[in-house]
Order: sequence, then structure tokens, then C-alpha cells
Amino acid sequence: MSANAIALWYLFASVLFILALKGLSHPLTARRGNRFGMIGMAIAIVVTLTITNRVDLALGALAVGGVVGYLVAKRVEMTQMPELVAGMHSLVGLAAVLIAMAVVNNPSAFGIPNPIPTGNRVELFLGTFIGMMTFSGSIIAFGKLAGLGKQFRLFSSAPVVFKGQQMVNLLIAIAMLVFGILFVTAAPGSEWMPFLLMTAIAFVLGILIIIPIGGADMPVVISMLNSYSGWAASGIGFSLNNPLLIVAGSLVGSSGAILSYIMCKAMNRSFFSVILGGFGAAEGAATGTTEQKAVRSGSPDDVAFLLGNAESVIIIPGYGLAVARAQHAVKEMAQKLIAKGVNVRYAIHPVAGRMPGHMNVLLAEAEVPYDQVFEMEDINGDFGTADIAFVLGANDVVNPLAEEKGSPIYGMPILEAHKARTVLVNKRSMASGYAGIDNPLFYMDKTMMVFGDAKKVVEDIVKAIE
Amino acid sequence: MHGVVVDPIITNLTVFVLAIFVGYHVVWTVTPALHTPLMSVTNAISSVIVVGAILASGPGPINQGSMLGALAVALVAINTFGGFLVTERMLEMFKKKEPSKRDTGVKK
Repeated sequence: MSANAIALWYLFASVLFILALKGLSHPLTARRGNRFGMIGMAIAIVVTLTITNRVDLALGALAVGGVVGYLVAKRVEMTQMPELVAGMHSLVGLAAVLIAMAVVNNPSAFGIPNPIPTGNRVELFLGTFIGMMTFSGSIIAFGKLAGLGKQFRLFSSAPVVFKGQQMVNLLIAIAMLVFGILFVTAAPGSEWMPFLLMTAIAFVLGILIIIPIGGADMPVVISMLNSYSGWAASGIGFSLNNPLLIVAGSLVGSSGAILSYIMCKAMNRSFFSVILGGFGAAEGAATGTTEQKAVRSGSPDDVAFLLGNAESVIIIPGYGLAVARAQHAVKEMAQKLIAKGVNVRYAIHPVAGRMPGHMNVLLAEAEVPYDQVFEMEDINGDFGTADIAFVLGANDVVNPLAEEKGSPIYGMPILEAHKARTVLVNKRSMASGYAGIDNPLFYMDKTMMVFGDAKKVVEDIVKAIE
Repeated sequence: MHGVVVDPIITNLTVFVLAIFVGYHVVWTVTPALHTPLMSVTNAISSVIVVGAILASGPGPINQGSMLGALAVALVAINTFGGFLVTERMLEMFKKKEPSKRDTGVKK
């Protein structure tokens, strides 16, 4: 195949990738978009195979990776999606490093002159260190999300902080830069030493920048690593003069960056305060001042009675619901209510799950129709006219303190459950949420608490709705 | 500029910057409900780096370079296949709703 033909095929694949993302603008077009993405990838792989001298290694490796990928995709639980995505980011990062090493080893295999020109070296440096930081950072994120903190302290979901941490990180980053420059300027034949040292330092730095970030900020971290993995692919695309890699990498990079921004906004945190970390460690001091307040609690039968007589109900699912695996029970409850003529909707806070859009997937898995599921901005105006807001396993995202100046969570966008005529809250106990702040919603006159495991409670409600 | 060949780095940079703009605008149109599939599909798309890995594995003789390449192909192929398939699996869940949506509409 001529170089021009290859370039055109790569262009075609790039367009298909853009269409794959475009399809996600609506659930109805999303699957077609995903197919476009698959076709684009198939084209990219086949075209590349036609221009290499030997295909047996690549085909064998594709088969091995493909089988593993297939099994993982089929078996992963939807609650484990954040871990899966973090794990996959790490693979992209590692692959970027391995490719860069292959380039340093034998540049002519990629049509790059030997010795490698300065421009390509700069690109290799960028691609390698971003790739390596994506790799090690994603492993830490994976460990934190998979809850491996007990086995290994670096994976602790609580922030791992030490004195002078930021200074240490800065010094390490400078050291990495120095070895990067030494690699770029190295005499032919002596590139390996600075290259490997730079790579090793990037590995350490990737770990250090993720460990101080607490569990609650994971949605930001995972989006950020998503972005990094894209930039790493772009970096390698620059080194190999391959526009397809550059385009695909930029799409992924900007997508991750936008998701990070959306997640930060949903938590009312600046990107830098998340990166610098420490959130969730020093908090908790705010609790304890309001212990004596009385709450009104009720039984599942009471809840069933209230729900059955309501005209409109808004369900607010939180991650506690997913932990209790109560999604199916909730869907059953909603179905029964809808059959009685109750208008049931779900309100999703952007950080309701462990990654962007996570709660939507968990509800979709339980076969909740997506047209009953609303985003925060779309439903917040409707709480004032709703008979019941039913909070299930959520806490901070419905805390009205966010509207009061001086509160630690002031300014965080919340679901305005407190505006509903009646508020029902299911919780296991009166413990405070991740931010460690008490929630006045629980003490309001119109609020009724129903304590217990979400799944058990909702199942009892389902039974009680005749 | 007359008769001077543009450095490929500049051409690459042009592609890079324009692609970021495209990405920025396209991603904002993605509905928040599908942000998790967005992440898994972008994961799959970033595995296009497999192209570089295939090149690394295929110059001809088997040596360190080609083995590095083959290893990279195997690792990233997990993403290529796993990423698209798990996205498909999730989107399937979003699609199944269509009939039941009409059901509830009729009941009301």
C-alpha cells in the first residue's frame, strides 16, 4: 500500500473515532457510534499490519490480548467499572513507554533516522514520561478503587500525605526534566542511560501525585488519568509522525480534561486543590456539635403508605444504594408505584457514583428506563412541586448546608431534596457522609428517616405496597 | 515559505491543535448519563496506540525491539477489545429500555 493510501485510511479511521464520540450524545445513537469506533480501530490495525514485514508476532499478541480483553469485558461487574477503566488506562500508559523504548532501540523500524533527530527525541521524552506517569498513577488509582488499602498502604483510600510532599514532588519532577534534557542532547549510542533514569523517575512521580488524593475525589482522578492516557498516545503519535495517533490521543485527552472539569465543578473543588490532595483526612472535626437533635423515624410500611398516596416521587440514589446492591429492588418499587399512577423519577448528582455517569449505568443495569432518570440541572426545579423526595444511600449531595455561607461545603451544587413536601431518607445509621459534616436535612420536620440496609428496606417497601 | 518543506512537527502540531478543538466540542455534546461509556470508549480509542506497537513488533528479525513491540501489542489489545466490548455491554443496557418505556407510557 502506498504511503498516501495508508494516510487516507488513517484519516478515515480518525473520522470514525470522532463519530464514535458524537454518537454518545444520545442513548439511541450511542451503539451505532460504538460500532463506528470498532470499525475505525479494525481499519487502523489491518492497514498497519499490511505495511509491516512480519505479522506473526503482532497477530499472536493481538489474539492473546483480545481474549483477555473479551473475558474482562464479559465478566466485569458494573460496580467495578471504575477499577476496570483505571486498569485500562495503565495499559495504554505502559504501551506508550514500551513503544518509545522500541523506537530508541531501533528508530529505523519506524522510518525515523538514526541517530534520532532532536525533535523526535523531545516527543519521545514527552510521550514516555506521560505514559509512565499514567501507568503508575493508574495502578494506584486502581488499588484505591478496588479497596486494596488494607493489603497495601499506598492503595489506602484515605489520602497518604507527608511533610514537604509537594516540595519532594517538585524536586523529583525537576530531576525527571534534567534526565529528559540529557536524553534529548545525548550523543548517539549513549541515549539509554538518561532515558531509563527519566522513565524510572516518572514511574515514582506517577505514584506520588496520586497517593495524596482521597477516595471521594476518585471521579476527578480517574477522569484526569483518562486525559493523560490520551496525551501519551498523542505524544507517541508525534514521535512516529502518525496523525491517527495524534487525533485519537487528542480526542481522548480533551474528553478526560472535560470530565475532570465537570467532576470538580460538581464537588465545588478547584482542580488544583484536588491534585494537591489531602481532602477527607482533616475533616470530621465538624461533627459532634449536633448530636442531641431528634429525628423522626418510620418503618418500611409507613414509607410504602406515603409513597402509595403520593402523586409525584423523586428518588435520589447514592453510592450507598449500589453498595447494598438495591438497584433492582428500587426499580421494582418504582414499577409498582408507576402502576398505581404515581409519577416516579430519579435524580442523579454528577458525583453520585465512583466515576462520571456511574450511577446512570448502575440504574440502566437494573433496567430502569433512562427517560425516568434526570440530571441535576434538569430536575432541581421540580423538587418544589414533588410530594416526596426519597433519598437512598446519598448524603452530602443533598445537604442543604451547601447553600449556607461558612459551611465547609458551601457552594457545592446539591439536589434540592429539602424543597419537596415530604422527605424520606434511608440510611444505615446516623453517621455523617464522606465530607464528615452533619446534614440538617435529616432533622427537618417534614423528614422521615427509615434506618436499615437499603436492599432490605426497599424490599420490605415493595412487599408493603399492595 | 517558497520551496521550503514544512517540518513534519508543524504539520503534526496543526493536526493536534485542531483535533483538540474537535474533541472539545464533540465531548460537550455527550449526555452526562453516558459519561461512563464515554470513558470506556475513549479508553478503547486511545488503544489505537496499538498501531505503534504493531510497527515496533514487525520490522522483520526477532530481537529486543520486536519483543517489546509484541508485548505492547498484547497489553494494549486488552483495551482494544475489552474497551469496545464493555462499552457495547453498557450501551446494551441503555437500549433495552425502549420497549418498557412504551409499556409504562401505555399504562398511564
